[in-house]
Amino acid sequence: MVIYQPDRSKYPSHKADGSLDIDLTSGKYLKLWQGPNHPGITGNMSVELTVCGDEVVEGKTHVGYLHRGFEKLMERRTFIQCFPIVCRICVPEPDFNEYCYAAAVEELAGIEAPERAHWIRALILEMGRINSYMMYLGGQAGSLGLGVIGQWTTYVRDLMLDRFEELTGARIYHMFILPGGVRDGLPDGFESRLEETLQEIERTMSDVFDVMFCNAVFKKRTIGIGYIDPALIEPYGVTGPNARAAGVVKDVRKDQPYLVYPQLDFEPVIGHDSDMYTRADVRRRDVAVSIDLIRQIVAKMPKTGPLMTKLPNVLHWKIPRGETYIRGECSRGEYGYYLVTDGSGFPRRVNVRGPSYTHAVALLEKLIVNVNISDVAALMVSLHTYPPEIER
Amino acid sequence: MMRTLYAELNARFPLGELTVQRDDLAFITVEREHLRALLLHMRDREGFTHLVLLTAVDWIEDGIFQLTYLLSNRDKRCDVGIRVMVTRVDTSMESMHDVWPTAATYQRELYEMFGIDFPGSPGVHDPFILEGWADIPPYRREFDTKKFSEENFTHRAGRETNDPAQYMKKQLYPDGA
Repeated sequence: MVIYQPDRSKYPSHKADGSLDIDLTSGKYLKLWQGPNHPGITGNMSVELTVCGDEVVEGKTHVGYLHRGFEKLMERRTFIQCFPIVCRICVPEPDFNEYCYAAAVEELAGIEAPERAHWIRALILEMGRINSYMMYLGGQAGSLGLGVIGQWTTYVRDLMLDRFEELTGARIYHMFILPGGVRDGLPDGFESRLEETLQEIERTMSDVFDVMFCNAVFKKRTIGIGYIDPALIEPYGVTGPNARAAGVVKDVRKDQPYLVYPQLDFEPVIGHDSDMYTRADVRRRDVAVSIDLIRQIVAKMPKTGPLMTKLPNVLHWKIPRGETYIRGECSRGEYGYYLVTDGSGFPRRVNVRGPSYTHAVALLEKLIVNVNISDVAALMVSLHTYPPEIER
Repeated sequence: MMRTLYAELNARFPLGELTVQRDDLAFITVEREHLRALLLHMRDREGFTHLVLLTAVDWIEDGIFQLTYLLSNRDKRCDVGIRVMVTRVDTSMESMHDVWPTAATYQRELYEMFGIDFPGSPGVHDPFILEGWADIPPYRREFDTKKFSEENFTHRAGRETNDPAQYMKKQLYPDGA
């Protein structure tokens, strides 16, 4: 593997407070904003770049374009009223919000969801993971000029959205996993239609491998670029595929198994080179793992049984004082909900821990130094960040 | 496991209340002056190398903010939340960005949303999510979101609330017959 070693002598010196000594009037440096409206940005955020020639010497992440104050809103809503809000925190993969919130409420309220609901929850989370990866693959290829990949992955994502619509009645915000269980079981014939979709995804992924991962341009622009030193993984709170691509096997599904994952047979996908190519490859192989997991879930899940446990009157539902943290492994890493209750009918505090929070701010600002301007978009996408979960 | 860990830690640091939430999750209260030493011990000796999150809870009725540093030990598959109480009068706390660089981002958000200062933390006073914010920090309990929105935004026309019975009567019998 080739690790990019820039000439450090070109870079500005540091001031006593640790900041870079950049004199914009010298004509040597230029401020350049990438975003918030820019094809190379991963959503409603922007990166303030300071460039020297075509090389980035400093980058600052700016978020806040999508702040909707969900955490504050939830403090003024009953526990059941929060349930339709949480999925809106992360648009491309909303189901983890529903699961983490529901599981946190159940734990503090002393409720146990039925066995069958656990299986359906796991099924939904894996379906959502595939959707999220499809969006990523299209974005990653698009950021390097391979526009057709996004069309293919959007096509199969749309097929999966059809399955979501069948199952939950909604395509994007499913609002299906609620405290106490899930809203419904699988519709008639769902398994066979899901299998057809999975086969179509496998066919598409084969094409994606040939056209994207074997593409000389893609390799040239991603191998050795955007290297994350494994030593940064813990200090910077890196999780998920970004950590696994660096050889650090972090997968909540294995580390602290939840739902029905202990009953499923799978191994976390890892890589070793920790560059943009490896991260993309880890995610590509993770799609295959998710497909396999979905097949296992459909084969093993109970076909009958209750889907919801009996809840108290949700309009007058008070939960004893307590605090807990529930996590799950989403497509970007560790997703978690920290829920504090005070004995009233409203959450005292809900804090959402999205993986993008660390990846898109502290880590990105670290990695972006020395990167060529043309690689900034690809680097951001390779960290797989979703701004909504940064600012909640 | 959590009680054993608590006993070991309590021999070194004067700890407060222990709450065992699950077999793999516990919360420990500690005085603010022992926080740094405890966090370093947890990171370097106990294997809690991952700072999962840092956030605050506003206990306005008690006049305190609770800061929660949630740490994770992947090898032992467990988490410990370190709780530190900060008075609402002196809302400043020692920065931990040198222990975990990613803490700087959390601290920046806490300063903006709760008004808890972390002197020395990189860019802690730079706007993070809010720009040009002049009101009290919005995640504090006394911040009234409804009042704020009523003062700063206008209602969209057509959103008046109608009594259903009166409304239908008016629709069906516009002349009041």
